[in-house]
Amino acid sequence: MSSQAYTPGLKRKAATIVRQMRRLPIRGEVLVKKGDNVQADTIVARTFIPGDINVVNISGLLGIDAWETSKYMLKKEGEEVKEKESIAMVKSFFGLFKRYAFAPVSGTIERISDITGQVLIRESQVPLEIDAYIPGKVVETLSNEGATIETPAAFIQGIFGIGGESKGTLMMVAETPNEVLTAKQLKSKCNGKILVGGALVTSDTLKKAVKVGAKGIVVGGIDDRDLTSFLGYQIGVAITGQEDISLTLIITEGFGEMGMSEKTFSLLKDFDGKHASINGATQIRAGVMRPEIIIPRPELTTEEIGDFEEKRKFVEQGLLPGTPIRIIRKPYFGALGVVSNLPVALETIETESDVRVLEAELADGRRIIVPRANVEIIEE
Amino acid sequence: MTISKEQAKSEIRPEKIKIILATDCGSTTSKARFFKKLGDEYRFVASGEAPTTVESPFEDVTLGVRNAIREVEELTGHKLLAPQGIITPSKGGNEGVDLYVTTSSAGGGLQMMVAGVVKNMTAESAERAALGAGAIVMDVMAVDDGRRPHEKIGRIRYLRPDMILMAGGTDGGTVRHVVETAELIDAAKPKPRLGVDFELPIVFAGNKEARTPIKAILGKTFALKIVDNIRPILELENTDPARNVIHELFMEHVMSHAPGYNKLMKWTPIPIMPTPAAEGKMFRTIAETYNANVIGVGLGGATTNVYSMYGDKFVRTVSANLGMSYSICNVLKETGTGNIIRWMPFDIKEEDLRNRLYNKMIRPTTIPQSVEDLIVEHAVAREALRLGFEHHKLLARPLRGIQRRRTIADIFEQRAFEETYIDMLHVDWLAGTGGLLSHAPRRAQSALMLIDGFQPEGVTKIAQDSVFMMPHLGVLSTVHPKAALEIFEKDCLVRIGVCIAPRGVGKDEEDVMKIVVCMPDNSILEEHVDFGSIKKIPLKEGEKAEVEIFPFRGGDVGRGSGKSRKVVVEGGVVGIILDARGRPLVLPKDNDERKQKLIEWFKALDAYPERLYEMYGG
Repeated sequence: MSSQAYTPGLKRKAATIVRQMRRLPIRGEVLVKKGDNVQADTIVARTFIPGDINVVNISGLLGIDAWETSKYMLKKEGEEVKEKESIAMVKSFFGLFKRYAFAPVSGTIERISDITGQVLIRESQVPLEIDAYIPGKVVETLSNEGATIETPAAFIQGIFGIGGESKGTLMMVAETPNEVLTAKQLKSKCNGKILVGGALVTSDTLKKAVKVGAKGIVVGGIDDRDLTSFLGYQIGVAITGQEDISLTLIITEGFGEMGMSEKTFSLLKDFDGKHASINGATQIRAGVMRPEIIIPRPELTTEEIGDFEEKRKFVEQGLLPGTPIRIIRKPYFGALGVVSNLPVALETIETESDVRVLEAELADGRRIIVPRANVEIIEE
Repeated sequence: MTISKEQAKSEIRPEKIKIILATDCGSTTSKARFFKKLGDEYRFVASGEAPTTVESPFEDVTLGVRNAIREVEELTGHKLLAPQGIITPSKGGNEGVDLYVTTSSAGGGLQMMVAGVVKNMTAESAERAALGAGAIVMDVMAVDDGRRPHEKIGRIRYLRPDMILMAGGTDGGTVRHVVETAELIDAAKPKPRLGVDFELPIVFAGNKEARTPIKAILGKTFALKIVDNIRPILELENTDPARNVIHELFMEHVMSHAPGYNKLMKWTPIPIMPTPAAEGKMFRTIAETYNANVIGVGLGGATTNVYSMYGDKFVRTVSANLGMSYSICNVLKETGTGNIIRWMPFDIKEEDLRNRLYNKMIRPTTIPQSVEDLIVEHAVAREALRLGFEHHKLLARPLRGIQRRRTIADIFEQRAFEETYIDMLHVDWLAGTGGLLSHAPRRAQSALMLIDGFQPEGVTKIAQDSVFMMPHLGVLSTVHPKAALEIFEKDCLVRIGVCIAPRGVGKDEEDVMKIVVCMPDNSILEEHVDFGSIKKIPLKEGEKAEVEIFPFRGGDVGRGSGKSRKVVVEGGVVGIILDARGRPLVLPKDNDERKQKLIEWFKALDAYPERLYEMYGG
């Protein structure tokens, strides 16, 4: 006896409370207090990461034995040195000849090794800061690590993205969710904007977006070849967000030409011209991390978001008859519908696998049976 | 923590245990398996699965474990969960368990870096030790690896391993180079992947004369453990002490910092084992029980683990980015579309294939609904297995650095010491586990995937894990070997059959193998197999038959070129598979011919639904 059931779902909400934990990778100083109001670019925490290490092979440079290294050093461990400053010297032929070893960089002598004959110079510390990413209120501080920021907002998740956090103004470029975003549509007015396209973006369009200084692109689909051509390499594992690119790309539906879901498209259209914070970081494994679009809505009152928790509870119940769903695998990829029945017993599908299925009524009236693993709940 | 766990382990009285629950927290899903003593024997009863919850936003592995166990509760009506964890001991009737055990590879499993002095010698031994302990080796560092010091430091910082294994120098050998590596690690000051207060564990298993300087350099900042040298002399590889201490540190340092693991550790009296270590333990059980050379494979969503128990050697390798769900595109990247398409009996546009696989990567828990989609996944699986085995053979090779005298036989056979010592003609078992293999709708499908991926030669038994429970049984065997072995034999190990394949390549449609089988009812069956074809002789599980194989001139089934072999074979779900497709396996170059051949092969083993042959059978 075995059973499997998954009900993954992407969030698409016009009004919700978004909480963002802003955390340093190592301990540091928190610069905000609980209750503070912050802007998206307010620095909330700061730390310093150790500088790079440079290894100088003193024994090799001076032609001495490794165990003699300390003897010929002009600087001690912990002392600061400047670039090109002499740090070790050996005299030969009754002191007539001197041979020096110089510091290749400015920094501090971290180690003088009489075993390896090497000296390690560490460069200055590098400051590392994290900003609030979204405007809002500090609701919690994490001692020496960071803070949690909260704001009422519209919140949309994509399925896959590249590029890290970015901020800009939403700009609808596509008029319908099914059109292809072309390079011609991108003009200088796209500078600093997060552009919303339809069903597909190509490599040429992405390159043009970079050229005009767009901050991000949100679109239904992309061909893997275009993604590879834009990045310059092929992605093998879906762990993204660290790419060295100036543009954040968020795909809402998947790979190939895929019309953006009507709901996502109309939600984005409602906020045309509004400021948004986006992040393309995607991590597909346990506790999946999906790319996100956050459109802060400080004007919303608690009452207006009132039923948020209640709706959330509904979604957490998982699949129920009447739950709106989308099929996320062939042969019905992209089809929308509602759950009409949830048989308890395992059913044999075309592949002859015995799996948990559901019956759904699609938007076009068709009634189909699909594995539960192949649907996602549409969270509204 | 370890001491109390070890004590608890020794206090377990196997004879009192009747109900057992085992879980595995995998990278994608947590899997619960429920076992019971029915009459005199232990049997598998039910399973449940749920997404793993080790990372944000849940950050508590026990949530996923609870969800998986809840499925078992639903299916069996047996109450297992209480607010504080697992109900234990059993309260009689349908409530509680006598023993709860678990393995884990969640959050990417145990990620290690290893370092040695010479890449092909101590560094390679360290890599084998770390892999044998169930780790994913993120990088292998050596003095002669061609990278400059600052590049190595940058790499250590970037990778943020859970643990580092340092080897280097034979006892009495180089100290300087070992210390050099220690200095680099110290300078890198790697930051933890889990928890800000984490003290990075470093295992030193190198030259014993370097211990004092190593302690001075690394002792203050890291959780340093010193064990016996992994290569005390060049001729000896001693990986056990390092492997044992890695397991200890995995529990003490790594697991205790992973989200929710402190809770999970309290639920079980047995140390949590890394999933691959437990899986490897069961493959070793096959080798020991049947005194055989075994190749095992765990084809997972994120990684492919290959194990070989060959002669007295046990080697495990992990291809960390070859998997069937969220690293499926890495298989595509490594092998290319052409190599995947060659296993499909229908035309598919490259673009379509690539987008399908990318969509699987971003929605890894979806399953194929159509037969075509199933075949696409099976094609990728063949390539993941092939690449995983290629990788394995690079480490399953003789120790470097030893002077060897080449024998006349070596010279005649042009045998190079760089090559693997695994000779497929002498592999007795080929066994597979992992979601895709275990969930394949027909066992013949997994048989073909394993055969195509590994290309066994001679006479090889093919087996697989029934519903993915080898890791569960592996950890169970540490405290209750009897229960683990009984369940393994009866419910876990599915004997698919035996594959008979001559080494060598014949001519098209030439009769390359004759086989005379004395069936269990004493009837005699004679079969002739043409080159490029595959046939099946039904022989049920538990049945035996005596076969005499006559390979073609130039073909070898284990007795030399063209020589016949007599052997008793055991049956299985599929039976005796006569594979005359050539070793190495030959796929027709012509596209239509290739597709036709695939259909023929699938049909011969009754591997896929009839509909497929009707649609693409021509």
